[in-house]
This record gives sequence, structure tokens and C-alpha cells, in this order.
Amino acid sequence: MAIQVRVPTVLRKHTDGEKAVSGEGGTVRELVDDLASRYPGLRDALLGQDGQLNRYVQTYVNDEDVRFLGGIETPLADGDQVSILPAVAGG
Amino acid sequence: MPRAIDVSQAVGDTPLVGLPSLSPPGYSLWLKLEGLNPTGSIKDRVAKYLVESAERAGRLHPGSRIIEPTSGNTGIALAAICAPKGYKLTCVMPENTSAERRTLLAAYGVDIVFSPASEGSNGSVRLARELAGADPDLYMPFQYGNPANPRAHYETTGPEILRDLPGVAAVVSGLGTGGTLTGVGRRLKEHDPAIRVFAAEPEYGELVYGLRNLDEGFVPPVLDQAVLDSRIKVDSRRALVATRELVAREGIFAGVSTGAALAVAIRVCQPRRLPEGSQVAVISPDAGWKYLSTGAYDPGDVDTIADDLSTTLWA
Repeated sequence: MAIQVRVPTVLRKHTDGEKAVSGEGGTVRELVDDLASRYPGLRDALLGQDGQLNRYVQTYVNDEDVRFLGGIETPLADGDQVSILPAVAGG
Repeated sequence: MPRAIDVSQAVGDTPLVGLPSLSPPGYSLWLKLEGLNPTGSIKDRVAKYLVESAERAGRLHPGSRIIEPTSGNTGIALAAICAPKGYKLTCVMPENTSAERRTLLAAYGVDIVFSPASEGSNGSVRLARELAGADPDLYMPFQYGNPANPRAHYETTGPEILRDLPGVAAVVSGLGTGGTLTGVGRRLKEHDPAIRVFAAEPEYGELVYGLRNLDEGFVPPVLDQAVLDSRIKVDSRRALVATRELVAREGIFAGVSTGAALAVAIRVCQPRRLPEGSQVAVISPDAGWKYLSTGAYDPGDVDTIADDLSTTLWA
């Protein structure tokens, strides 16, 4: 089950400079575990001390913020697009 | 709107306009044209509330200087509210905002301090805090953390939507400070907890996100995530396409963040999320005038224009 993950510039130091990486998992948590097995720095960047998603990072599955889906337990399906973005304000 | 005794009294009471051509089958989209406020954006409501609440708290006097971080619209709105009252204004703004925003601020006699493009709006927040902290004579309303911001929408924008669209099933708006959705969403959900609140999150090009540390990310304190039902990101290309469709098919010349909100509204009009027959209010925070120089409305290849636009802050 392949899931494409878009990596923001600021996290590419953990992915050997790759803009997008491919991972596997039935949930966002499993995907993070899979990615962290190859890119260890990603776990600390994406997860807070409590094991939940870092509040300064927005994680999207198919453009939808996972906080409003199932959080870190949001189910993933083959072909889903995951994007990670730093939180930015406007106004 | 009857006649107003000064510009602050002309804020709000904006039209809600149907989108018969762009509404998905079985749904009705209605666009609230905040670009018809006196300085051309929804931020007139916020600026009025920020200044009036500071006056009531005794924080402002003739000759006082206000400092505020902004990507433009709030600064322009504050300038208009401050001018007749004799308050001076300094805006801290990212350098990658549209030329029109800078020109308008200059026209109002506002002092502009630029923050680095690579830090986005977060950089202007950081810099404004530093400047305000170093000078006790400066008053910083701080739209990102001031409850007067969502209160403006709770007390004016929300009730206007309920008045003009009593059967409203959902509201969609862009996320900048989060003040609009927090205030409008609270008001609408108090009226009917079944009303859905959707946020359109701008997704810029990579240059805007720069090389910042993620811990420097900024979540505005006024944003109450509990009011939101969904947060959907929209990149510059999709926002641009929807903005151009709005001009071409509905005759409405709106800014790019209106296109982002419209794209989300169209996306959520499906039976899984909203019952068929739902009426959806979409908030258009401003008109297109301030984005002409970005090329957003020029003829030409959408991909090329979107690439250019993706480095400009449009929310």
C-alpha cells in the first residue's frame, strides 16, 4: 500500500533532500512509524512528546486536515496523498 | 445601508449574493461580499472593534501610535479607522505582499516596517512583538490574539448571515487569523448546532514556507478549532481557477482567497457532508483590486500565473 507524502522544505534535512517520499500504513500513525524507520528525524518533527501530532504542523490527507478526520488514527488507503505544512497565519 | 456619519459607521451590512452558475446541482451557494466595506475588506469590521475596544479600555488617546502585524488588509482597515481619530499607525508586514497593499498603506500615511518574505506572516508577528515590547508608548491591538477580532464577527457578520439566509446549513471562509470563522461559527452554532463550519487554508508555494523551524509555526490564539468541522487546504492554482471562474461566470471580481473559499464550498457540497438542498454561505473577504498586479486576472496560462502567485501572500 503506497502513500505519497509531500515533505516541506524545512523537513527535507530528514529525508535526504527528497520533496516527496513514499510510505505505507493503514493509519497516519502507522505511516509515521514506517517513515521513521527510514527517516528517523521525522518522528520528532511530526509528533509531540505525547505521541500526538505536533500542533505547529498541519498534516493533510487528500487536502483535509487530519485533526478533523481521525487525528493520528485517521485511516489511509492506497493512493492517498499526505501533505505536511508548517502552520502559517494571515490577516 | 442608510447614510453614515463617518467611515466607521459605514462598516458591515454587506450584500449576500447568490451564485446560480457555480452552485453544484442540488445546492445553493451564497457569497458575502466583504469587499464592499469602506476600505474594501472584511478587516474593516475587525479594525473598528479593535480600536473601539482599546478606547473603552483607556488605551488610546489623540496622538497615540498603534503598531500591528498584518499581511495588509487589517493595516489598511486600521488606517481608515485611525485617520479621523488622529491615531498614528505602524504596520509590520511581510515584504512579499501585493504592491497594492503597500501603496494603499502609504496613501494613508502609515509607516511600514517590512519583515522577511521567508518568514511569512509569522515573521511580522515576531517583529511587531519585538518593536512593541521595546516601546511602552506603542499600543498593539494584536488581531491574532485579541478577542475583539472574533467578537466583531460574532456580533455583526454572523447575525447578518442569519438575517439574510435563515436556513443556512454551512459557512465557508478562509483562515488567516481565524477570527472570522471563530466568531461567525460560534454565532451560527448557537443558533443551530447542526450548522457546519468549513475552513479554507491557503497553501502557498514552497518559498513562502521557507526554511523556518517548525516550532516557529504560529497558531493564532483567537482561532477556536472546536468551532471548525473541517479544514481543507487549497493551493494557489485551485484558488486562482475558482477566482477566475467567479469573474467569468458570475460577474463577481473577488480576491484570491475568495476563490480558495469557493473551491472548498464546491468540494463540500456532496450528500456525504451536507444534505441535498443545503444553502451555503461563503465569505468573500475582499475584491480583486488589490491583486491586479499579481497577474491573477491576466489572460494567459493558468499554471504560469499560479506559479507567480504562489509566492505572494494572498490571505
